Formats: sequence, structure tokens, C-alpha cells
Amino acid sequence: MKVLVAVKRVVDYNVKVRVKPDNSGVDLANVKMSMNPFCEIAVEEAVRLKEKGVASEIVVVSIGPTQAQEQLRTALALGADRAILVESAEELNSLAVAKLLKAVVDKEQPQLVILGKQAIDSDNNQTGQMLAALTGYAQGTFASKVEVSGDKVNVTREIDGGLQTVALNLPAIVTTDLRLNEPRYASLPNIMKAKKKPLETLTPDALGVSTASTVKTIKVEAPAARGAGIKVKSVAELVEKLKTEAKVI
Amino acid sequence: MTILVIAEHTNSALAPATLNTVAAAQAIGGDIHVLVAGQGVGAAAEAAAKIAGVAKVLVADNAAFAHQLPENVAPLVVELGKAYSHILAAATSNGKNILPRVAAQLDVDQISEIVSVESPDTFKRPIYAGNAIATVQSSAAVKVITVRATGFDAVAAEGGSAAIENISAGGDAGKSAFVGEELAKSDRPELTAAKIVVSGGRGMQNGDNFKHLYTLADKLGAAVGASRAAVDAGFVPNDMQVGQTGKIVAPQLYIAVGISGAIQHLAGMKDSKVIVAINKDEEAPIFQVADYGLVADLFEAVPELEKLV
Repeated sequence: MKVLVAVKRVVDYNVKVRVKPDNSGVDLANVKMSMNPFCEIAVEEAVRLKEKGVASEIVVVSIGPTQAQEQLRTALALGADRAILVESAEELNSLAVAKLLKAVVDKEQPQLVILGKQAIDSDNNQTGQMLAALTGYAQGTFASKVEVSGDKVNVTREIDGGLQTVALNLPAIVTTDLRLNEPRYASLPNIMKAKKKPLETLTPDALGVSTASTVKTIKVEAPAARGAGIKVKSVAELVEKLKTEAKVI
Repeated sequence: MTILVIAEHTNSALAPATLNTVAAAQAIGGDIHVLVAGQGVGAAAEAAAKIAGVAKVLVADNAAFAHQLPENVAPLVVELGKAYSHILAAATSNGKNILPRVAAQLDVDQISEIVSVESPDTFKRPIYAGNAIATVQSSAAVKVITVRATGFDAVAAEGGSAAIENISAGGDAGKSAFVGEELAKSDRPELTAAKIVVSGGRGMQNGDNFKHLYTLADKLGAAVGASRAAVDAGFVPNDMQVGQTGKIVAPQLYIAVGISGAIQHLAGMKDSKVIVAINKDEEAPIFQVADYGLVADLFEAVPELEKLV
């Protein structure tokens, strides 16, 4: 079966971001960018499904600026077969991304679509669920285990109280949690081979999708700073401070 | 304006996060209706009717809603939701699972994890693991929003007397089925609602050593959390993880034991009132946010702390 994986280019997870002085957003100039960690897990899962003989082809798609090609090449180096970039210079909301992905799903007809559960920049945790709604497919979000059997996929999900397993009819949408797998590293020969793999570029207009949004960001501020407190010398002093100064125990 | 709040519940009981979500609805202003969708939800519906400030409780009791499968619940919320100005749910795993599906079906953007209400159409929410706060404005006819429970003080669970209305709607969409679940059992308070949280990280070295934290937590009436390192190393189950991708907590007192304080962990606990860090590495980033820091070996400090409190 064909598997579609969506990946996003985001600021590297180790970067401490800074808010722009004019409060228009976060300063991303000259900041290291990477593939969103949850998307790496999605690619890895698709590659494992191919290695098990479940998946026959892996198509990786990204919606973003021209530079998102780097992340698509990374996914190709990790084992995806071909890539699609839907080029959009502006930052899109999850619903617009889901609509664009729906157009790609209509075109490619995958049996399984794997996305990360959330992007570490917007922290929305919406796109997979929205894509499921638009396609009418079942959704297995926050997956820590995925097992395809026949025309169904069993997904074990991380929920607040523990784990839940659901059986979804294929085609289905799955979003990954951190514990689904440990992504591999791309080897140099695979990175070289990835340069020759096909990468198709599309635009929202070509897909006939409007990316208009009902939500706009008015301003972005730094959170209230939390200053360092004091260092205590002993456990006794700590308990004493917590009882008399902070009054929390 | 009328606001629909999707109740968070376990079928037999209402979850505390519902009270924080109602508080967010009150901040928006208008009549508040609560939807309790599930199976055998009589007690949860009665509890919802007693919440201060709730005008009406809608009860959808149907086997198809028993496990909150979004394929079955979302169409119900979409159908009801068209008549409301706002649809709110707690940013729990259920809320996050169902609400974006609702928003897409209504063809509106969703706003995730708001921490404050500026006006009925303007909200604040953290982005970049809590390192920036975005103010967002929605022009959608129906505003679909998840609420970060720690951003709002819970409303009173008693004092209301809302009318309960049964609605017969929905069914099995036939796309998904519940297979089973494994829930972690604990007598300690729920992590997201606890007044005190004791968390352990990689410094705990193994799962067995977490018993020191359990003993301390029991004495303080605290919940026990963990960093991702501790979860990934298999010391404790993942539902104990505090952070950007785990649970968000804001207790009165947060005690971080053997946790370095990575950005992703801080995202889940830096709104705690008082933070205590116990770590033998005095350069650990956790000390930059800790109100009280103790540079010490946790295996000596934790048992001593347990004796003294």
C-alpha cells in the first residue's frame, strides 16, 4: 500500500527562540531549522512499514517555503521514495495545511497518512485531525504503536490515563507520539542517493485550494520572565524556607 | 452569545478540567451549555448541572460515544455546535483529539490551548514550547477553542442548578472501533490537578529509585511526574511525563529531582508557583527557574527531605 507522510520545517528543538522587538513574531533569521521531531518519527514509521513489506511506496509531502526542500531531501535519505513540496511563502494555519494535504491525498490516494502529533513551533496539534475530518477517514492520534492487518490498522494511543487501542478502517490518518519509534540517522550514501530521487513542486493555486484563514495573530510577546531564586545549603534550610517563606507545605 | 462546553468525563464521573473550561467560558461571557456525550453518563450529567454558572446540560447517552471516538463524537458536536458562538473543550487528550475534527467540519480554524481570554474573539496562547505568547483573534462564526486548564481557576463544582436535557442523536460512523485500554492505577492525586508535584528525571537512575519520590509524595499529598528522559528510559509510564509533549502542570509547589531542565520540560511546569530543584550539577538549567535550589546528591537529599516534612 501507499503511505503518505507529511513533514514540516521548523526551528530546531534545541534553539532558544527570541521574540522580535516589534512583537510581530519570533526571530527566525539565521536560526537553525530542522525537520519537526514528530515528523521524523512519522517518516521512520513509514520506512519500517516498508521494510516489513506492508508499505510499497512512501510519498513525503511538505507545505512551506522553498527551503523545505532540505527537509524533504532528509526524508528521502531516510527511505522515502519521492517527495512533493507545496510551496507557500507565508505561514499557514493548520486548517489551510489540512486542506492542501487533502488535495494531495485526493491526487495520490494513499491508504495510510502519517503525520506528527504537533509541530514544535505552533504547538497546535490540529492538522492530522483536520485532515481526517476533511477526508472523512478515521484517525489514530498520539500513536505509540501502529499495526496494519488486512484492511484495518490497530493504533495504540497515548491518552491522559494511560494507553488506548483502537481499530481503524483503512484508509486512515495516524499522528505520531514520541514513543512510537526511535528515528534512524541518514547515512552519507543515502543522502547522496536522495539527491536523485524525484521532488515535485506544486502551489496552492495549482491544487485549487484557498488558504484564507479565520484566525490571525495580532502580536507575539515574550512570556513573563521568571528570575532565578536562591540556592539553599541544606535540606533543613529548604524545608524551613518552604514552610515559613513560601508557605507551600 | 451562547457557549457550548464539551465535558471531560470518564462516563461515571466528571473530570476536574471541565471546571476550568467553564471558567474560560465565563471569561468570554454569555449563556453556558455543557454537553456530556458518553454511555451511562447520568452521574456525570448531574455533576455538570451543579457547576456554578452553567445554564443547561445536554446529555447524549449512546453506546457509540462510550470511548469518545472522534469519528462518532465530532459529528454530534458539529450538528449541535452550529447554533453556538463558541465551542470549548479542555486541552486534554480527548479535547485535542476531537475538537480539530469539529473545527475542520465547520470549516473554521481552531485555537489551541488558550491561557487567557482578552475579549470574546481574542485569546492568548503559548507557542514555541511556551517561549512566546501569541495573541490571536478569530473572525470565525463559531469559535472552536481548547482551553489549557492551568490557565484558569476552576469554578465551583456546587451551587448551580442547570436543566438537564436529553438529546437523542448520533450513532456509530462505522470507521473505527475501541479495542482496549490500559490505564495506570494510582491513589495519588491526578497530576494536572495536584497542589504539589514531585518529579524525577534521568538522575533517578532506574525505575526502582522512584520509590523514594513516591514516599515523599505520599507524605506531601503530592502527585508524581517525570521528565521525558525518565519515561524514555522506562523508569515510569508515559502518562507521568510533564512537558511540551506531556502534561502541563501549574501546582503550588513543583519539586524537580534529578531533572536538568530542558526547554521541553520547562514548557510543562514553569507556571508553577514555587519551583524547587534538587540536582548535583550546579550548572543545570533548572536552577535558572527554581525559586529554591539545592545542589546535592538526590539519594541523600530526598530521604532527608522526607523525614523533615
